[in-house]
Amino acid sequence: SAYKDLNRVSSSSRNSNFRKKRQRNNRVCCSKVNVSFKRLCENLDKMAQFGFENDIHSILKLDMPITNAPMARWQRKASSSNASALNGLSPGKSANVSLSTTKTPSKTPGKTKKQTPSKMGGDRFIPTRNSKQMDVASFLLTKENETVDTNEQNATSENQKAMSMSLNGYNIEEAKILHLGGKPLNAPEGYQNNLKVLYSQGATPASVKKTRYISSTPDRILDAPELHLNLLDWSSCNVLAVALHNCVYLLDASQGEITLLMKLEHEEDYICSLSWTKEGSYLAIGTSDCQTQLWDVYTQKHLRSMASHTSRVVSLSWNDHVLSSGSRSGHIHHHDVRVANHHIATLTGHSQEVCGLQWSPDGRYLASGGNDNMVYVWPRVQDGPANQAVRCWSEHQGAVKALAWCPWQPNILASGGGTSDRHIRIWNVNSGSCISSLDTQSQISSLVFAPNYKELVSAHGYAHNNVVIWKYPSLTRVAELNGHEDRVLSLILSPDFSTIATVAGDETIRIWKSFELDPIKKKAKERLAKSTSGAIHQSIR
Amino acid sequence: MSRIFKTSKKMTSTLNGITLKGSAELVADFFSFGINSILYQRGIYPPETFSRVTHYDMSLQLTTDPKLKNYLTNVVSQLKEWLFECTVQKFVLVITCLETNEVLERWQFDIDCDKSAKESSAPREKSIKIIQDEIRSVIRQITATVTFLPLLETPCAFDLLVYTDKDLLVPDKWEASGPQIIDQSEEVRLRSFTTSIHKVNSMVAYKRTDSV
Repeated sequence: SAYKDLNRVSSSSRNSNFRKKRQRNNRVCCSKVNVSFKRLCENLDKMAQFGFENDIHSILKLDMPITNAPMARWQRKASSSNASALNGLSPGKSANVSLSTTKTPSKTPGKTKKQTPSKMGGDRFIPTRNSKQMDVASFLLTKENETVDTNEQNATSENQKAMSMSLNGYNIEEAKILHLGGKPLNAPEGYQNNLKVLYSQGATPASVKKTRYISSTPDRILDAPELHLNLLDWSSCNVLAVALHNCVYLLDASQGEITLLMKLEHEEDYICSLSWTKEGSYLAIGTSDCQTQLWDVYTQKHLRSMASHTSRVVSLSWNDHVLSSGSRSGHIHHHDVRVANHHIATLTGHSQEVCGLQWSPDGRYLASGGNDNMVYVWPRVQDGPANQAVRCWSEHQGAVKALAWCPWQPNILASGGGTSDRHIRIWNVNSGSCISSLDTQSQISSLVFAPNYKELVSAHGYAHNNVVIWKYPSLTRVAELNGHEDRVLSLILSPDFSTIATVAGDETIRIWKSFELDPIKKKAKERLAKSTSGAIHQSIR
Repeated sequence: MSRIFKTSKKMTSTLNGITLKGSAELVADFFSFGINSILYQRGIYPPETFSRVTHYDMSLQLTTDPKLKNYLTNVVSQLKEWLFECTVQKFVLVITCLETNEVLERWQFDIDCDKSAKESSAPREKSIKIIQDEIRSVIRQITATVTFLPLLETPCAFDLLVYTDKDLLVPDKWEASGPQIIDQSEEVRLRSFTTSIHKVNSMVAYKRTDSV
C-alpha cells in the first residue's frame, strides 16, 4: 500500500541522516523531517485557514482584559494635547501636520486630520521622517539645480538610474507613485489588534550527557484557550490535531505551521474528541451535537457524519476500519466506516459518560473508562458478541479517563483515576488481576506508555498540575515535568516516541522532548524493528 | 460552472475569451478581495466589521465599514481604468505603525500588461475557471502567510500606492507618494496568476524581527 511505501522511504532517509550525524558527534538530535511529511506539508499549504484569527480573536476576547487600552474619549479631551495621524500623506505634506490641533489651524483646511487614540498614554506626536524619502527629496532637489553637460549626460544618466533603483526600488524615470489623498482611514478608536502569538519557540539545551537529560522546561509553548476531554492527537505523519471550542487545527510538528481543518457550523457546538487513523490520513471528530465526523486531511474534505449517539461524543478510538465512540450516555458504538450503515454494535455497561476509550495495539481488546469509576474491557467484533465485556473492574474510586495499553507487553492495561482516586492501576487482561497500584496524590487525566526507555507517563490535574514519568514496571518516579499552571487535561506521544504534547486548563499546549534516544541506540532499534516486522508499530523489544 | 452556449461562433468566442476590459475587471476584482483579505487577516480593522462572502468558490471576508468600502471602491475603480489603459505597473498595500509611522509590512503586486492587447480587440483564449483557480491559490497563500508574518501589535494604518507610467495624467484627488520601503526587510514571493493579458506577481515584505 502507499502507506508502506512512504514508510520505507522515510525510514531510509532517517538512516542516512543518522549515518551523517554519527560521524559528527554523539549528541542527542531532534527528529528529522521525513519525506511523507513534506508531502503533507505541501498539501496542507494549499489549504486555507479561514476564520483562524477571527476565532482566536473572539475566543481570547472573552478571556483577556485589554491591558493597554487607549484612554476613553472623554479622558483624552480632558488632557490638553492631542495627537494626529500622519497616515497616508506623502513626504511633501508632512510639514502640514500640527502638534496640537486645538491651537494651530491646519494649512490645508480641506484635509482634516482625524483624532486618533493615544496608545499607552503617550499622546505627543513626533513626526518620523523616513530617511530614504529624505534622500529622494534631496536628490530630486539637487538634480533640478544641476546644469547637465551634454557630454556627460550618458554617463550620469546611468548613474542616476542605478541610484534611483537602489533608493526607491524602481526607476523614477519610468514610473511614478500615486495614492488616493484625503482623510486617513484608521480603524475605529479603541480598536486593538487582538491577535495573540500562537506559536513561539524557546530553546532547550541539547543533551550531551550519558544519562539522558530530561528538560523540565517545555520545549515549545503554544497558546490556546481552555480545553476539555480528548482534544489532542498526534498522527503517525507527525501532525498534531488540536481542537479549540468549535474548530480543529492541525499543527505540522516539524515545520510549526498551523492550519484550520474545520469549524463547526453553530457557535454553541464544540468539539469533544479527536482521533487519527493509524495511517494519519483521516481524522475522526466527536462533537457536542452527538455526531462523529470523518475528515480526509489531505484533501481537507469532510467525508461523512455519523449520527448514532444521543449525547455528546467524548471519546474515540480506531481499530483498523472500525471506529469506536464513547458518549455521555454511557454507550459505546462501533462504526464500520467503510459501509453506509456504519453503526454495527452498541456496548452498554457504563452508567455515565465514557471518557476513556482505547483499543489495544493488537486490536484484540477495547478498554473503556467512565465517569462511573468503572473500567471495562470488551472483545473485538469478530471474537464473539461485542456487547459482552471480557473484564469489569470497579477498584477505582474516581472517574477513569486515563487508559493506556502497554505497547511492548501484550494484555497489559494501565488506568488512572480522577480526583477522589488518584491511583494508577496496572491490569493483566488475561488473568483479570490488578498487578500493581500506586497513589500518585493527584487527579490523573491521561496516561501514556513511552517505549524508548520503558516508562509510563501520567498527566495530572488537582493538585499538582504536572506530568510525571514513572519507570515501568517498578513505578518508581523518574522525573516531573512542571510548567503548566492549571490541570493538565491531555497527554499524547509523538509518532517517533521522542516527544509528548500536553494541553492544560491554563490555555497552553506544551511540547516536551523527554524521550529522545541517542543516535547509536536508535539506529540499533531501527535495525531490529525493520527485521522483525513491516508495519511501523509501537512494538519495540 | 456549466452553461449552454448557442452554436454561434461569435457568441462562444466572446464568452470564452478574455478581452482587455474583461482582464482589467478580473484583476481589479482580485485586488478588491485581496486587499480586504489582508486587512482582515492582519487585523488592521476589527474582524466584526467584516462579513463573509463567497467568491472564486471560496469564503472571503469583505468590509462592511462604509468609509473603508467607499475608499476601496474609489481606488479599485481607478485602478481598473489604469489596467485597461495598461498604464499601471505595481499596486502596493503599505501597513504602518499608527504612532511612529514606521512601515511594518508591504504587500506588492507587480503588474505586467501585454500592451499588444490594446491594439487588437480579439479576445485571448484562456478559461476563466483556470484564472479563478490561479487567483484562489494566491488568496489562499495570502491567508497562509499569517503563520509566519510577525505580529502587528501596535495599532496600524494602511495606504494603497499605485505605480503608474511616468507621463500619466494624475486624476483628481490622487497625489504623489514615496515608495514607503521597509528598512531591513524579509521578503516572501507568493504565487502569480495571469489572465493572458495581465500578469500579477505577488510578494510580501515585512520588517525583520530579531527574536527567533
